[in-house]
Amino acid sequence: MFRFVYEPIDAAKLRGALARPEDGAMAIFEGLVRNHSRGRRVRYLEYEAYEGMALRKLEETGALAKSKFDIREIVIWHRLGRIHPGECSIAIVVAAAHRAAALDACRFAIDTVKKTVPIWKKEFYENGEEWIEGSKAQAGADF
Amino acid sequence: MSVRVLFFATLADITGVRETRVEASLHPDTGSIFNHFARRYPLLEPHRNSVLYTVNSEFARPDSPIRDGDEVAFFPPMSGG
Repeated sequence: MFRFVYEPIDAAKLRGALARPEDGAMAIFEGLVRNHSRGRRVRYLEYEAYEGMALRKLEETGALAKSKFDIREIVIWHRLGRIHPGECSIAIVVAAAHRAAALDACRFAIDTVKKTVPIWKKEFYENGEEWIEGSKAQAGADF
Repeated sequence: MSVRVLFFATLADITGVRETRVEASLHPDTGSIFNHFARRYPLLEPHRNSVLYTVNSEFARPDSPIRDGDEVAFFPPMSGG
C-alpha cells in the first residue's frame, strides 16, 4: 500500500487493483513534475529520501487518514530518483463508500506527506541545479 | 560505542558525507553533534536555524538526548510530494 519506486507510476493500474464492489468513490491524486519552476525551465528532478523513516511516515499518514476519515483503503506510492516533466512523482488513491471521505482523505494525505515525509527534490535546469527546501514552520508538525 | 549520523540533500552536499559515526560519550544531545560538524564544515552554519533533527527516525529537538546505538539524521525542510 505504501511504497517508494524508481520506475514510472501507473496511477490507473493502482486504482484498478484497489477497486472493490463496495466502493462508491475513489479519489486519485497525482503529483506531476512541472517543466518550469520560479521562472526557470526544468529539465528533470531528482528525488532523494531517508527511506527507512520515509516509509514509516508514509504508513503513519495512511493510518491517520483511515482513523480520521470513513475510507476503506488508501494507497500512496512516491517515486524517487530522476523524473522528467510530465511524469508522476506521487500517486495517492483512496477508496471509500462515499465521495466526501475519499476527497477529504486524499487532500489530507498529500498535505501530510509534504509536511512529514523526509523526501527532497533537486531541480536541474539548462544551466545549473538547486535543492528545493520546504518550510520549517510546516515541517513535522508532530514534534 | 557510537552514534550513526546521516546527512541528506543540501547538508550531504556540504559535508560530502552521507553517513558517519561519532563517539556517543562526547555528545549528550543532537545539538552537540550538529555543533561538532558545523565546526568541521562551516558551510553548515547558515542552515542551523532551518535544519531538522531526527533520532531513530522520529523528529527531535536540538536538546533531545542521545544514547549509544542511536541513529541521528540532519536534513533541510522536506520538499517531497
